[in-house]
Amino acid sequence: MELSNQTILWLYKTMLTTRCFEERLIEEASKGKTRGSIHPSVGQEAVPAGVCAHLAMSDYISSTHRGHGHAIAKGVDVNEMMAEIFGKSTGICKGKGGSVHIADFSKGMLGTIGIVGAGVPLAVGAALSSTLRQNDSVSIAFFGDGAANQGILHESMNLASIWKLPVVFVCENNQYADATPVEYATSATNISDRAAGYNMPGWTIDGMNVLAVYDAAGVAIGRARAGQGPSLLECKTYRYYGHFFGDNPLTYRLKEEQEKYREQDPILQFENDMQLSYPKCFASRKRIREEVTTSIEKAIEFAYSSPYGPITDLYDDVYVNYAGLETL
Amino acid sequence: MTVTNTRQIQYKDALIESLTQEMQRDPTVFVMGEDIAGGAGRAHLGITEAWGGPFGLTKGLIQQFGPSRVRDTPISEGGFLGTAIGAALTGFRPVIDLMYMDFVGVCFDQLISNAAKIRYMMGGQAKVPLTIFTRFGAGTGNAAQHSSIYYGILSHIPGLKVVVPSDPYTLKGLLLSAIRDDDPVIVCNDKKLIKMSGAVPDHPYTLPIGESRIPLEGQDLTLVGIGYTTQLCLEAAQTLQSLGVKPEVVDLLSLSPLDKETVLQSVRKTNRLVIVDEDTPRCGIATDIAAIVVDEAFDFLDAPIKRVTAPHTPVPYSKPLEDHYLPSSEKIVRITKELLNRL
Ligand SMILES: Cc1ncc(C[n+]2csc(CCOP(=O)(O)OP(=O)(O)O)c2C)c(N)n1
Ligand SMILES: [Mg+2]
Repeated sequence: MELSNQTILWLYKTMLTTRCFEERLIEEASKGKTRGSIHPSVGQEAVPAGVCAHLAMSDYISSTHRGHGHAIAKGVDVNEMMAEIFGKSTGICKGKGGSVHIADFSKGMLGTIGIVGAGVPLAVGAALSSTLRQNDSVSIAFFGDGAANQGILHESMNLASIWKLPVVFVCENNQYADATPVEYATSATNISDRAAGYNMPGWTIDGMNVLAVYDAAGVAIGRARAGQGPSLLECKTYRYYGHFFGDNPLTYRLKEEQEKYREQDPILQFENDMQLSYPKCFASRKRIREEVTTSIEKAIEFAYSSPYGPITDLYDDVYVNYAGLETL
Repeated sequence: MTVTNTRQIQYKDALIESLTQEMQRDPTVFVMGEDIAGGAGRAHLGITEAWGGPFGLTKGLIQQFGPSRVRDTPISEGGFLGTAIGAALTGFRPVIDLMYMDFVGVCFDQLISNAAKIRYMMGGQAKVPLTIFTRFGAGTGNAAQHSSIYYGILSHIPGLKVVVPSDPYTLKGLLLSAIRDDDPVIVCNDKKLIKMSGAVPDHPYTLPIGESRIPLEGQDLTLVGIGYTTQLCLEAAQTLQSLGVKPEVVDLLSLSPLDKETVLQSVRKTNRLVIVDEDTPRCGIATDIAAIVVDEAFDFLDAPIKRVTAPHTPVPYSKPLEDHYLPSSEKIVRITKELLNRL
């Protein structure tokens, strides 16, 4: 499929922004500037970019603990994301959520959810909203290969299917859930095989290739928009780092495997594709790299210079209109 | 219950040692959970134990007992907890590693509708000798979905037993009791204790479920702690002692069954009570104890009962907010001073 230069540049910039955001974040994490767990998606950038390229602000996504890429691809501001991970009041969730809880409801980003599998029905519910409103918005549920084994996934897929909801289940199969290999934990050869049980189409595609993701997501999202119901898109991908910042992946996988995937790096692959098919875009890659680096440095500065919220923030937003019960 | 052996080991090593000793002793004991070995199915690549459990709490078990008794599971808490209940009903003593207490949410139905009730509903025909150990608590920046405390909710359920060790010694004794107990027991481990060192005898021993202990005797007021907050109470007690106040500290250890006698006896002696709990206050253990003491020792109280707990909010990510969320020895000292100044 021939893509517009605009789309090509958007895909490139989105992947780069995610890569740069996370690499910089890891630097800050190693300086102790972040708290809790950071789950880098470096290596997986093609999936959020290739999928979200088809989405408008009025479409919805739900995400996982490994969700920086999804947020960026849905247009969440990187300054506010970085400040969030620094726990600052200017963060997108006022510093109350951190890396594992990033949401921007004004952009249809329903949130990165830390309970594995728990974000999936939120996208199904957003799809139900679109159906009730009779508009053509679609919803995407991003989830991992590990999440595929949660009961809630199956309940959600069945519901979406019987009600023909406009949702696409996008499985980022990075082949590990923590230290557990997918081939041990999963009964099906391909996670997409399970679509058959829910009477929806399922595809397994190369998730390291952003154009392959773009094409397949286009079909699935097109179906959803046309009222043809849900589908399951399994993207085979790979995370370069450990499960969380600090985890050594070589305890459960081989160096050769890591190197094999790094050779298929989605950004480098895409640069090669651009060079062949989109020379104009290829020519502007240096400028885009500079833009991205500058924007991430700005985000870091923003996060550093922002204040922490006042202690009263602790008690806010437990409810809409009930002050709760303060102790001490 | 004196510790005769002065060997110092970490909380996490006490956990591994207890599991190891009990698995050696009883062939019906086996362990299931996510990444308790790690790298499952990759022995052919020379990978057998990638993680040894979250925080390394099950390290070495698979080497000793193999993948049949040390079972890595998919991320399917409802499924594998229910499976453990089924195995327990049919003669085994499964031990479940539920990575974080937050994930109680995913398997709550199996816990409250099956584990807790089957024996009762079926007229005492069956028993569910199941142990669950899990990690809880704030203070690590893990935010609202990975810091929760649900032991109050679990203690609310008739049929479940709930214990909260406060150091390596009580962990070993309570975990061994839990595994040998014929009812479902949830052993709740505060993440803040996992690296704590303490004296632990190397032989197997049990501490009775349903008994509290008194790590510090005193007569001016009673501080009740649960798990890590017992350590906070002991810390606060040092400050208070330097001010001439002699607190007694009760280490609750068992939330269900609850050793109300130990608390009541202490209050009858000190006439003042402060309960310290990191759980949120509504319908929680601190509130429950306050109600029991008012009911059964009202005439002995010289001051209102105070609860030092988390506020009625989820756990925030940001450090200053999370610091404020948590109980601390400073807060305990402040509340205690207020109580004593009333006289
Ligand atoms: C219900 C639940 N169980 C366990 C965990 C701990 N946990 C966090 S991420 C993760 C692995 C998830 O694997 P996968 O779905 O493949 O996503 P990936 O990390 O590979 O992106 C686990 C077990 C959790 N957060 N929630
Ligand atoms: Mg995975």
